[in-house]
Amino acid sequence: MRTKNTILFSLISTFFLIFLISIWKILATLQGLSINSFNIEIIFIFGFLISLAHLGIGDRIKSIYKAIIFSSIFVFCDGYLIQKLPIWYNVGVFLILYFFTNKISKYTFIGLKEEHSTQVILFDFLTLFGILFFSFVILFPFYMMLVTSFKTQIALLVNPLDFSINFGQDIKDLFKSYFVIFKSYKFGKYIVTSTIVSVGTVIITLLFAIPAAYAVARLNFFGKTFLSTSILIIYMFPAIVLVIPLYTIFSQLGLRNSIEGLLIVYTATTLPVAIYMLQGYFKSIPKELEEAAILDKLSWFGIITKIIIPLSIPAISSVALYVFMIAWNEFLFSLMFLDNPNSFTLSRAIQYLSGDAETPRQYLMAGSVVVTLPVLFIFVYFEKYLVSGLTAGSVKG
Amino acid sequence: MNDTLANTEKKTAYILTLPAVLLVFSIILFPIFANIWISFKEVELKDIRIPEPRAKKIVKSISDEPTKIKILYKLRNSSLIQEIRDVSFEDNFPKNFEIENLDSRCSYKKYNLKCEFGNWPAKYRENFQVLFKTNDGSKIDKKNLKSIKPKLEGKSDNILLNTNFTLKNFKKVLFENEFVDLLLTTFYYTFFGTVGSIIFGILTAQMVNQKFYGRTFMRSVLLFPYVAPVVALAYTWELLLDPNSGTLNSLLLNYQIIETPINLLGQKYIEISILGFDFKLRLALTTVIMFEIWRYFPLAFLFILARLQAIPKELYEAADVDGASPFQKFFNITLPQITAVISILFMIRFIWNFNKFEDVFLLTGGASGTRTLPINVYQQGFAISDIGMGSAVSIVIVVLLLMFMFFYFKLLGKKVDEN
Repeated sequence: MRTKNTILFSLISTFFLIFLISIWKILATLQGLSINSFNIEIIFIFGFLISLAHLGIGDRIKSIYKAIIFSSIFVFCDGYLIQKLPIWYNVGVFLILYFFTNKISKYTFIGLKEEHSTQVILFDFLTLFGILFFSFVILFPFYMMLVTSFKTQIALLVNPLDFSINFGQDIKDLFKSYFVIFKSYKFGKYIVTSTIVSVGTVIITLLFAIPAAYAVARLNFFGKTFLSTSILIIYMFPAIVLVIPLYTIFSQLGLRNSIEGLLIVYTATTLPVAIYMLQGYFKSIPKELEEAAILDKLSWFGIITKIIIPLSIPAISSVALYVFMIAWNEFLFSLMFLDNPNSFTLSRAIQYLSGDAETPRQYLMAGSVVVTLPVLFIFVYFEKYLVSGLTAGSVKG
Repeated sequence: MNDTLANTEKKTAYILTLPAVLLVFSIILFPIFANIWISFKEVELKDIRIPEPRAKKIVKSISDEPTKIKILYKLRNSSLIQEIRDVSFEDNFPKNFEIENLDSRCSYKKYNLKCEFGNWPAKYRENFQVLFKTNDGSKIDKKNLKSIKPKLEGKSDNILLNTNFTLKNFKKVLFENEFVDLLLTTFYYTFFGTVGSIIFGILTAQMVNQKFYGRTFMRSVLLFPYVAPVVALAYTWELLLDPNSGTLNSLLLNYQIIETPINLLGQKYIEISILGFDFKLRLALTTVIMFEIWRYFPLAFLFILARLQAIPKELYEAADVDGASPFQKFFNITLPQITAVISILFMIRFIWNFNKFEDVFLLTGGASGTRTLPINVYQQGFAISDIGMGSAVSIVIVVLLLMFMFFYFKLLGKKVDEN
C-alpha cells in the first residue's frame, strides 16, 4: 500500500512539474528563445527523483534548504548541462522548482498511509493544475493580443515566435500601431461613437427601466404577472430573429447608419434585463418609507426620485455598468445597421478593418486592445457589484 | 375611498410601465410578427428600398447667347421593379426668367415650373429639357441655378405591404438548402458547446470553491472571456490559429509535434485513427465549439459557484466523519446539490448557443462546415439578399426553439414529479 501510494504520489507530482515547466518553456519560446523540445523524459526523471528524495529525506533537513538544494540541482542540469539558456529563464525555472518543492513539502511518508491519501493528493494537484491551466488558457489570448500590437509586420515575419517587446526603442516606434489606427483609421472617432451609443443607451434604459421596475415591484395592476413573465421570455429571445424585420423597417424609415437607430435597438434589448434586475432590488427596500411619503402627499415621481433612487444607487450603478458593457460589446446590430464608415462603432470598425486582407495584424490587435481595455478595466474595478449581477443572468451572450 | 386609491395606483402603474412596454413591444415583439409576414413573401434586399422619382439637374449655357439657358433634367425611377404613380415635379427659378418652350405636361406660373408626369414604369428614364431666357437681358448665373433643387413626388406600392403570399421560401428552406446538414451542424454546435461549457464550469467552480491565495483574482480572470468584446477575442483566436503565421502552429512546428501546419478554422474534416478505427472529425466545427466553450463557460462557472457556496458545510463534515473520499464527496454531495442549477444552465445556454451568430460569423464566416442556422439567416438575407428566405429561416429557428422549450419543460416537470 505504501509503495503504491509513494509511486502514485511521485507520478502525480511529476506530471504537475512537467506541466509547470512546459508552460514556462512555451512562454520563453515566445520571447524568442530557441527551445525546440520540452525534454519531457528528463524532466520526468528529475521530478520523480525529487519527489522520492523529498519523501526519503523527510524532516532531516529544513524544508527551505531542501527546496533550495533541489531547485539548484534541477536548474543546473536543465538550464546548463542540457541547453544553455539565459539567466532570466533559469531564474524562472528555479522559482518554479522552489514553488513545486514547497507544494509537495506537506506530504510525508506517514501521510501517505492514511485512507484516501492518493485521492486527496490527486484532488490537491488537480486543483493546482486547474488554477494554472485555466489562468494560462484564458490569459494567453489576451497576452498575445497585447504583445502582437507592439510588434511590427517584419519582425513577425522574421521570427513568428518572437514576441519580446523591445522597451529600449522610441515610444513612437513602440506604440506605432496605436498611432496608426488613431491617425489613419480614425479610431478616435469610433471611440467617440461607441461611447455616445453606450452612454446614451445607459441613460435611456435607466429612464425607462426605473419607473417600470418600480411599478412591477410595488404597484398592483392588471397584467402585472403577464408583464413580469414576458420580461423573462423576451430576455431569452434570439436577436438574430429580429435582424431582418428591423433591417427592413429601419431602411424604410432611414434609421440605418444612424446613432438614433442603434440607441433604439440597444435600449429595447437591454430594457428587460434592467427591469428584471431593478425590480428585484426595489422589492427589498422597506415599504414603510414609501407609506410615510404617501402620507406626506408625495407623488409617484417624488417617491421615485426622493426615496427609491437614492436608496438603490448600488443596484442602479451595477445595472448601468452592465448596460454599458452590453452596448459597448454589441456586434450583431452594428454589423447590420452600419455600413457607412462615418457612423461605425468600435466593434464594427475592427470587423471592417479585418475585411481588408492587407491590414497588418498588429493594427487589428491594437484595435482589439483599444476595444477590450475599457470593458476589462470597468469589470476589474467594479467586480464586486458586477459579479452578483452576473449571477442574476444579466449579461446575455 | 379605497376604490379610488386602487384606481390611481393602477393608472400610475400604467403610466410608469407604458414607455418601456411600448418600446420593447415595437422593437422586439413587432419584428417577430413582421418576420412571419415577410417569410411568406418573395422579397429581395433591393425591393425594400421604397422607389422614388429622381431628377438630376444639368445646366447648359448656349453659345453666343448669354441671356439664354438650357436646363436638362435626367428623370428616372430609382426602382428597377416597381412603378411610381402620379409623379409630380416642381422647380423654382429666378425672378427674371421666362420660359421658351413649355411642355404640354407642365405649367409655368410665378417663376415656378410644375409638371405632372403621370405614371413611371420600372426602370423609367427620360431626358426632360426646358429652355429659358432672361426678360431683362442680364447674364445668367449658372451656379445659382444649380443650387436650386427640383422637388419630385410620387406614389408607389410598398412591396412589404401588399398581400401576395407564397410558401416558396419555406419549401426552399426545408427541402433544398441541405436543411438536414444545417440542422445537424447547429445541433452539434449547440449541444457540445453547452455541455462543454457546463463541464468546464463545474470544474472551475469546484476549483475556486477551495481556499487558496489569489482566489478573488482568479474569479475575475475566469470571467474575462465572457465580458470582453467578441470581436477582439475572435480575431485574436483567428491570429493564434492561423495556418501560415499563427502562434499555435508555429509553436507546434517548433516543438516538432506536427510536421505541416493545421488549418484549424479552414479545414472541414480531419482524419484521425484511434486504435485502428478511422474517424472523420469536423475540424473547423470543433474549433468553433472550443471557442464557444472558452467564451461561455464563465457563466456556468458563476452560477455553479454561487450554488456551491450555498451548500451547507455540515454535509461535508458529516461525510468526513463517515470517512468518505474526495471523489465520493463530489459525486454524492456536490453533484446532487447542483443538478437544479445545471438544468437551468443547460436550458439557457442551449437557447443562446442555438442563436449564436457573432462567434461563428467572425471566426469562419460559416465556411468549412460551420454554417449554423443563424449564419444561414444572415447568408440568405444579406449575402444572397433574399430577405424572404432569411425570414423563413428565422421562423424555423423560433419554431425549433419553442419545441425545445416545450419538451424540456415537460421532461423537467416529469423529473420534479418523480422526486
